[in-house]
Amino acid sequence: MSRKLHTFKGGVHPPEHKAESNARPVHAAPLPKQLVIPLRQHIGNPAKPVVEVGQRVLKGQLIGAADGYISAAVHASSSGIVTAIGPAVVPHASGLPDDCIIIDTDGRDEWISLAPLDYRAMEPADLRMRLRDLGLAGLGGAVFPSAVKLDPGAAHHCPTLILNGAECEPWITCDDVLMRLHADDILQGVAIMRHLLGSTEILVGIEDNKPEALASMRFAAAKLDFAVEVVAVPTIYPAGGAKQMIEILTGQQVPSGKLSTDIGIQVFNIGTAHALARAVHHGEPLISRLVTVTGFVLRPQNVEALIGTPLHTLITLAGDREGSTGVLMGGPMMGMPMPDLAVPVVKATNCILVQSAELFPPLPKALPCIRCTRCADACPAELQPQELFRFAKAGDFGRAQEYHLFDCIECGCCSYVCPSHIPLVDFYRYAKSEIWAREKEKRAADLARERHEFRQFRLEREKQEKAEKLAAKAKAKRAELAAAPAAEGAPSEADAKKALIAAALARAQAKKAEAAPKNIDHLPPDTQREIEEIEARRAKIRELARQPLESEEKP
Amino acid sequence: MFTAILVMVGLAVIIGLVLGWSAIRFKVEGNPLAEKIDAILPQTQCGQCGFPGCRPYAEAIAKGEADINQCPPGGEEGVKKLAELLGVEPKPLDESHGTPKPKSVAFIDEQICIGCTLCIQACPVDAIVGAAKQMHTIVADECTGCELCLPPCPVDCITMVPIAEDLPHWKWKAPVIMLKKVS
Repeated sequence: MSRKLHTFKGGVHPPEHKAESNARPVHAAPLPKQLVIPLRQHIGNPAKPVVEVGQRVLKGQLIGAADGYISAAVHASSSGIVTAIGPAVVPHASGLPDDCIIIDTDGRDEWISLAPLDYRAMEPADLRMRLRDLGLAGLGGAVFPSAVKLDPGAAHHCPTLILNGAECEPWITCDDVLMRLHADDILQGVAIMRHLLGSTEILVGIEDNKPEALASMRFAAAKLDFAVEVVAVPTIYPAGGAKQMIEILTGQQVPSGKLSTDIGIQVFNIGTAHALARAVHHGEPLISRLVTVTGFVLRPQNVEALIGTPLHTLITLAGDREGSTGVLMGGPMMGMPMPDLAVPVVKATNCILVQSAELFPPLPKALPCIRCTRCADACPAELQPQELFRFAKAGDFGRAQEYHLFDCIECGCCSYVCPSHIPLVDFYRYAKSEIWAREKEKRAADLARERHEFRQFRLEREKQEKAEKLAAKAKAKRAELAAAPAAEGAPSEADAKKALIAAALARAQAKKAEAAPKNIDHLPPDTQREIEEIEARRAKIRELARQPLESEEKP
Repeated sequence: MFTAILVMVGLAVIIGLVLGWSAIRFKVEGNPLAEKIDAILPQTQCGQCGFPGCRPYAEAIAKGEADINQCPPGGEEGVKKLAELLGVEPKPLDESHGTPKPKSVAFIDEQICIGCTLCIQACPVDAIVGAAKQMHTIVADECTGCELCLPPCPVDCITMVPIAEDLPHWKWKAPVIMLKKVS
């Protein structure tokens, strides 16, 4: 392989810890008693539930439909009864609950009938909608709906397609194992991607610390009828970042604020390609994925886990040990601490990393920033982390944005090298979410302003319209009266007003008279008698009302 | 001497014409300062500042008729931003105009609502849907939480519900770093 490789700036070499988990055989995880399937597993709108509590669902049945273009469906991972639809704790750093569909499994694992898709005969738009309804989303970590990424857009084709098998995070081996075992399936998925994107150059980037995966992928690629170049890239964290992978393989940089498709490159994780092949050739929705369970467990390994399986089931399977200090979802560099071990495996769960004080000693207390700029040397996005830290800490988010805060990929290299042990990435996440919250507030304020101004305008307009209508009516009436009593000489203004009032009174009385009682024909005699009694009472009251009260008369 | 006067008069006429023309050509509609102040105000339109809406308050500040600390929904942060814009010292919120509250939206108890339309007339952003003798309801996305619908309701069926923190609204907290004592 003679491809000239490039390097990106920065990066770090943390201990790899891959050998712990990549040598054991892959099992399917046991079927849990209960599956908790979050409706928001992807970027974009959460799925909308389409099942009811108490309904029996089959494995692979659609339970949450995609809502809008940037969304993906969710499916039942096994057969059973839907017992609840509502908030449950989800794998998120906040520990907040979110809407989930909870299924009590019946152990039969009964599939719906599956139908493969003939992707070559289908309209690309239809195929993408089918993929969205099969719940396809990127399995590399960002969980962006794949159907959207498979749309080449206005350019109608995306010349370069990159398959990302770098798996640069320490400890994680699920992509490595997937490439060793299912290289053919992955490349079947690549063929579908190539069909949709019209790509001419296909590159698979794999870090050179995975020789078995490289061999397996090269062997499978040789069997294909189109050219796929499997490239061994040097092992350095974060070579698996999409922008870093692009730079290594092509030497091109994605400009700040742009997407890789703007320079004609699309990047997919190899797990996504595998899921795509399963979806198209077998009609299987995305209901399971490979998860690495590693760290402080007895048997670190990869398991094929159903989406919705609680994390503790997998940790028990791998052999939990006394003295764990926490569990990360993801790797040690970018992983999120889990609030609860009952949270389910979701589409984004590539690794469950059990921590212990020995393997992951707690960070020493932070020292003040000494502006050594080691973080700037390590930053693969070519940012100035020390400046970003300063601005984020001071709450000067505008300046942080000027320093391209949003190009930060939160890879954690800066925190890793910081001699003062400052949790730098936490500051960037904080600054980013503050900026997003402010933008949201600004949009809400703009909407309120617009609506308030329109209301003022509407009230003014209504007032004016009413005045005009009244003026026109009064004018017409006056003209009418002026025409009628012309013989009696010119009426004065006061007379005209009186006449108007008299006319209004006459109208009101006529209206009253019109409101005659209804349904009084052919009444039975007793009802008739009742009505007469009531009428008599009314007449009496009217009579009384006309007479001055006795108390008023006396003095 | 005469030439000098002529030159000066001529210059005055030319400059006057240019100035007059540019005054018409580059006329700024509205008060740009009031616009900038209005952009900072939270647009709750609650009237707690004593003016009928955010825009009139912004105009009053621009004219120097109102102080910058009369907006409780804007909070201390809003006062700080206004002070920065106007180049004055920030001051604490004037308590007589109210105190900041957590962001909330109005909620109509549909069992109690009699459909009198009084709240619809009070809502400054048209965020209440309903008609006479029909049940009313709040468009939560457009409610600014101004509480103006509370007093007119004859049956007190409107309550303010604080916006709970959920996943889409969750924010990363400012990291607290434990500094090591070095001495």
